[in-house]
Amino acid sequence: MDKMPKWADVVLLPLISLLLAGAISALVLLATGENPVEALGVMIDGALGSTRGWGYTLYYATNFIFTGLAVSVAFHARLFNIGGEGQALLGGVGVTLACLMIPWPHWTLALLAAVTASALFGAAWALIPAWLQAKRGSHIVITTIMFNFIAAALLNYLLVEVLKPAGIMEPASANFSAAVHLPNFADMLAPFGIPFSPQAPANVAFLLALLAAFLIWVLIWRTRLGYEIRAFGFSETGARYAGISGTRIILIAMVISGALAGMMSVNNVMGEAERLVLNSAEGAGFIGIAVALMGRNHPVGVVLAALLFGFLYQGGAQLSFQMQIPTEMVSIIQALAILVTGALDQMIRAPLERAFLSLRKARA
Amino acid sequence: MTDPILELTGISKSFGPVQANKDIALRVMSGTIHGIIGENGAGKSTLMSILYGFYRADSGTIRVKGREIQIADSQAAIAAGIGMVFQHFKLVENFTVLENIVLGAEDSALLRPSLRRARSELRALSDDYGLSVDPDAVIEDIGVGMQQRVEILKALYRRADILILDEPTGVLTPAEADQLFRILARLRTEGKTVILITHKLREIMDITDTVSVMRRGEMVASVTTSQTSPEALAELMVGRKVLLHVDKSPANPGALVLEVDNLRVTDAKGVQRLKGISLTVRAGEILGIAGVAGNGQSELLEVLGGMRAGTGRVRMDGQDIDLTGKHSDGRTRRAHGIGHVPEDRQREGLIMEFFAWENVAFGYHDAPAYNRGPLMDHAALRADTSAKMTRFDVRPQNPWLTARNFSGGNQQKIVVAREIERKPRLLLVGQPTRGVDIGAIEFIHRQIIGLRDAGAAILLVSVELDEIMALSDRIAVMFDGQIMGERLPVATTVQDLGLMMAGMAGKAA
Repeated sequence: MDKMPKWADVVLLPLISLLLAGAISALVLLATGENPVEALGVMIDGALGSTRGWGYTLYYATNFIFTGLAVSVAFHARLFNIGGEGQALLGGVGVTLACLMIPWPHWTLALLAAVTASALFGAAWALIPAWLQAKRGSHIVITTIMFNFIAAALLNYLLVEVLKPAGIMEPASANFSAAVHLPNFADMLAPFGIPFSPQAPANVAFLLALLAAFLIWVLIWRTRLGYEIRAFGFSETGARYAGISGTRIILIAMVISGALAGMMSVNNVMGEAERLVLNSAEGAGFIGIAVALMGRNHPVGVVLAALLFGFLYQGGAQLSFQMQIPTEMVSIIQALAILVTGALDQMIRAPLERAFLSLRKARA
Repeated sequence: MTDPILELTGISKSFGPVQANKDIALRVMSGTIHGIIGENGAGKSTLMSILYGFYRADSGTIRVKGREIQIADSQAAIAAGIGMVFQHFKLVENFTVLENIVLGAEDSALLRPSLRRARSELRALSDDYGLSVDPDAVIEDIGVGMQQRVEILKALYRRADILILDEPTGVLTPAEADQLFRILARLRTEGKTVILITHKLREIMDITDTVSVMRRGEMVASVTTSQTSPEALAELMVGRKVLLHVDKSPANPGALVLEVDNLRVTDAKGVQRLKGISLTVRAGEILGIAGVAGNGQSELLEVLGGMRAGTGRVRMDGQDIDLTGKHSDGRTRRAHGIGHVPEDRQREGLIMEFFAWENVAFGYHDAPAYNRGPLMDHAALRADTSAKMTRFDVRPQNPWLTARNFSGGNQQKIVVAREIERKPRLLLVGQPTRGVDIGAIEFIHRQIIGLRDAGAAILLVSVELDEIMALSDRIAVMFDGQIMGERLPVATTVQDLGLMMAGMAGKAA
């Protein structure tokens, strides 16, 4: 017997977590002498009150959909890919090379090349820890964390020594040409006569992220490979019994995971910055872990959780901008959301399950 | 023998919607051996866990020696004179016997005085109850039977008057079991009370004075053992008449299907688990492998089922099978016509989180009937599952339940249905009825015999000697990774097999 109905697990539990995180955040704001109601108003208005706000929210959400999907695919094979950040950084290198090395006549071709290159670079960066796990038993959590640092150092080296145009003081690549500029929401919605803020960074990569979410859903729940990944994730001995190769599943799941994390860079490097800078992923790889946890590793959940975190990011930015709340305070609010929805999941789950059980008993 | 030393009244315990114990009443007389019998899931373990303080009862009272007590934890149980010997021993492998006995019952922070006192007390206990052990032997070096004695001594050292043993013979050879029963009889003579939890009717009949039967969380009967019969007890356990023996016609062996020659397996620690196994199975016969758990039977099934590598030669219908594990796995074994009902259905045969319809494809998920291009054909899977559930009487008949939501017997029926309906040339069967209710045992046995009669070769591994005797056409006994000998079921006895299971080389029958 399942302990509680599915809707409670999927909807009610995250909602309670969220309210709890909100309540604690309100207390923190109160303690610092700010008005939490006003703060919430500023966040909602800043993130959802204008097309510019929406543009930022969706831009952040795009990053988080990619990294959240990356974590969830690996997690279906019970692999904890903490390396999304590093894989995203490497994906950025792929995007940059694809955009700078070939003079693309049109952005569509450049997009195709950038997606491929970012996926390949991200996948390659995930493949090494995967191989070490499958063949050498090195724990993937440790290796992927380490690979984040290596990726950051590698990016640093590449930007300073290789990609930086001569005569520029900043460790950054050259700006991409205007031809590879991805259409943002204003460009995309103009033909329909819908006005949208042209400064907002949300771009066509958002649609790409939704497509990726759909494809991952098909992969995990409709294909033979997804069946094998899930079977392996639930029981390694079961997989061995069924003749499913663990090595193969580990490598494939991590390659897909790394490719998804890498593809995030299409959004931030190609769609927004239009050049490669240090720390380009800005922690989105780590947020992906919280997004996957909160989204219950289901693509629909990941998309919803990514939108929520997009809201928190954009709303939080507005908060520090408009209310002079220090950015550290905004980080605290975001961290609380991650802490309660992710790490403290069990704290809320156990009492909720008990409540449902006693409810059922009372009815029986 | 006049007063109840332990008296339970109105004990109830629920886990969510599941009521594991319903209004249980139990009177255990001082100085007796009291059996508690029931199928898996009947609530025996829950009841004993309540007695030992692992669970708190929702309602009801516990009286020990006439005094009502609350058992909040195992410390309270020990203080009340209740000792427990678990099915899986709770011993520290690399401690000595003496250290294990003292563990948790030290007199002070300094160990030496405790150990000195324990040593003399242990000697006294050993003498009193005929439980000889070497106090300085390290646990991992001594046999399972001896480890069990240490568990019993642990309880006695803590001044237990009531000793609860949970399925104590599961890991013992018949001879070791006899030895245990002699110890229990001696304990009874010395005035101790023993509660014996088992699902084996023979043990109940052999040793107990009184037996209580549990069914679906309720105590359905308490009877004097001498005034009942195995048939009557089985009927009480299941709630209907059951056949305790299996009807089968003589085997009609055909061509050689499986030939195993000098098969060896070394595990990850470098220990040889199979030391040169040779055997054959013909079409239309059941070869039963008897033996105490842990003597290489699991490894034999695993290597034949493609789950681990080995060396030697295995031929299937005259064709060599790759044993290196590099070019073959469970999937290629299935292509050879080998079906496999694994020993552990929860860890191997099923994915507990998968729906029944997903599990029906497990291992055969690349069969063309289950796929359309790169996508799995869920509709076809569900239709096939419904059909199998009808034919094998799986309950509840709902493909949308996860494997976890079925009882042990119904889980096993799903595995058996999946493997048998593929019409394998060879079926590997491990512990087919472990944790399966009596009703389902009958059904599964009939299916295995039916497959044999249809001309399949069957390799059956079971630690239940009764099952081996009932189903096999030939019996091979394994000990320490070797085959000790082969017997025909009609030409052997439990004692004869028991000797071989204990490593005594059998004389050719």
